[in-house]
Amino acid sequence: MLNKEEISEIIRTLVPEAVFPEGTQLLEVIVPAEKIFPIAEQLKTDSRLAFDYLISQTAVDFVSKFTVVCHLDSTQFRHLIVLKAELVDRENPAIDSLTALYPTAEFFEREIFDLFGIRFNNHPNLKRLFLEDNYGYPLRKDFRDEVNIIER
Amino acid sequence: MMSEEIIKDVIVGENEDYIINMGPQHPSTHGVLRLEVCLKGETVKYLIPHIGYIHRGIEKMCEAITYPQIIHLTDRMDYLSAHINNEAVCMVVEDAMQIEVPERVKYIRTILDELNRIASHQLWWCAFGMDLGALTSFFYGLRDREYILDIFEESFGSRLLHSFVAPGGLMHDVHPNFQKRTKEFIKYFKTKLPEYDQLLTGNIIFQNRAKGIGLMSRETAIGYGVTGPSGRGSNLACDVRKIAPYGAYDKVQFNEILETGCDVFARYQVRMAEMWESMSIIEQLIDNIPEGEFTAKMKPIIKLPAGEYYRRVETARGELSVYVVSDGNKSPYRMKFRTPNFSNLFVMNEIASGYKIADLIAISGSLDLVIPDIDR
Amino acid sequence: MGIIKSMKDEDFKDSESLELLKTSGHNFFLTTIDDLLNWGRSNSVWPLTFATSCCGIEMMAAGASRHDFARFGIEVYRASPRQADVIVVAGTIVHKMVPILKRLYDQMPDPKYVIAMGACAVSGGPFFYNSYSVVRGVDHVIPVDVYIPGCPPRPEALLYGVMQLQRKIKGESFTNPADQTDRIL
Repeated sequence: MLNKEEISEIIRTLVPEAVFPEGTQLLEVIVPAEKIFPIAEQLKTDSRLAFDYLISQTAVDFVSKFTVVCHLDSTQFRHLIVLKAELVDRENPAIDSLTALYPTAEFFEREIFDLFGIRFNNHPNLKRLFLEDNYGYPLRKDFRDEVNIIER
Repeated sequence: MMSEEIIKDVIVGENEDYIINMGPQHPSTHGVLRLEVCLKGETVKYLIPHIGYIHRGIEKMCEAITYPQIIHLTDRMDYLSAHINNEAVCMVVEDAMQIEVPERVKYIRTILDELNRIASHQLWWCAFGMDLGALTSFFYGLRDREYILDIFEESFGSRLLHSFVAPGGLMHDVHPNFQKRTKEFIKYFKTKLPEYDQLLTGNIIFQNRAKGIGLMSRETAIGYGVTGPSGRGSNLACDVRKIAPYGAYDKVQFNEILETGCDVFARYQVRMAEMWESMSIIEQLIDNIPEGEFTAKMKPIIKLPAGEYYRRVETARGELSVYVVSDGNKSPYRMKFRTPNFSNLFVMNEIASGYKIADLIAISGSLDLVIPDIDR
Repeated sequence: MGIIKSMKDEDFKDSESLELLKTSGHNFFLTTIDDLLNWGRSNSVWPLTFATSCCGIEMMAAGASRHDFARFGIEVYRASPRQADVIVVAGTIVHKMVPILKRLYDQMPDPKYVIAMGACAVSGGPFFYNSYSVVRGVDHVIPVDVYIPGCPPRPEALLYGVMQLQRKIKGESFTNPADQTDRIL
């Protein structure tokens, strides 16, 4: 099991454009959104890192941007990192899908599409998961539903 | 034969699939799950799960309420491991505020976790037997589960959803009889668990229905994120209690049960053995609960410092992790629950294709799904 | 009448709605045929298996050996709505589930009854505020006969609710069957 500094060194050599924020609980890696698929592939196939288990994939709506957050773990070494990509476009946010690497990403991405409206390129079946087709995107910060939500 | 060709052309046709619908109201799906099953005769070609029939919007609700109020909602997510869900949220809050809980709290939380795990596996066993047609297991499992619910009711006042584990410690101290009644229950249940083996495990009909069905390889389990007893039945060592210990788990000795069978019977055996291990953990802890406070000193309004926090626990069904983004207010900015049943459900298409419809029921029973956990 | 031993009227302390029905002229003049039919109907209400979330576990526990509800005649769970008498709505109802619940209710043959079990089915429960997809109470969808509060209600509370339903059924009349206005919405 490698510690945070060793992992960040290896990732720096593999991916020169990664940014590592300071002072976080887990090691976070911010990468450009267009390159997320090749970078994730490198992280999975590298034998010292071996991140083969996608724990969860979600999105956060900071009002100026969306951030897609993936928690990756290795079943061999049991070290954990957080891979993030930022999307600035609020009208049609789109990013590559990780389904070819991790089969479970198919369903996490459907959930993100359902609740946030972020589209995923090369996704095998991008349909809504929980809600009906003409509903809005509830987890966005500017979502208002006067009929159904009783605020308190 | 001539009539076979006619039937094939007229009724089924070349490219048409015969699709039937199981659910959302179905006695064996254990909740509101709709399975669209494509059949060829009695063999399943593929299946598509449809969810969302119990989607209550818990993650959006968490952004409008305070941290001590969130534990009342996480109770209702996976209601059979209610304590363990609450413990995940409480540990995130305690990590962020850098509060150290007293030792007494850690011991009691771990004992309650393991009691909850036994109760959840008892309910799984009775529902699994009932699905396969062995109605007696329903009565055996629920009869023994009532003793655990009696212990809970004496200390917390409610049988199923307690909201007892709060940020900082516990809501109040346990009843003075807690230790005695837990020890009596362990002594009682040790005589009853062999009865479960007599009823189902050695039964030749059950073994024929369970062995060789629903094979899930280790790579499939990792790729689909299957954790918990379903993953350990495929030789995947994924117990969070061993990877990242919390509570009092670093003070006890217990084995992680791994089976190499990869089928329904292997997953069944993992859960039966886990009940024995849970009893052994409780026995190691129940006599040594240290005296002390039942909660650490907390401010009346809990505000997490700005930042992101993450914590994982092992529920009765797999790995639950909580991811909180906070901006310094008394409600979280974003709270994400990675629930084990969400990942466990979607492996069903891989492992149920090619088997018969009756095997589909056995497979979904062995995955032990709780549907409100999937939809949140 | 004394065909079976049942609880005395005074023991049902909070049944003001039934007292209201009595004073407002609900037909309590029972002939022998009415008696026989109501005795048969009330002591063998067969429920439909319909449990969405946590209250379903307490319903299962009420059917197990400690609080046995087979003593009240509701032991046989029917999986098909066409063979069921009562639907016990146990759990939260969300917007996606509403057409299915309505279809199940329509498929049940008359006389049919509805028990709303748990705070979520009565009024939305803990999900009343701030949720975007929960129906606040199942009586927005189907008419309810008995409400059982609690989160989740104890199995004994479910048994009390079933006994209330039995009393309500005993008050019906064959010559003047219970029409929809008798159900308090």
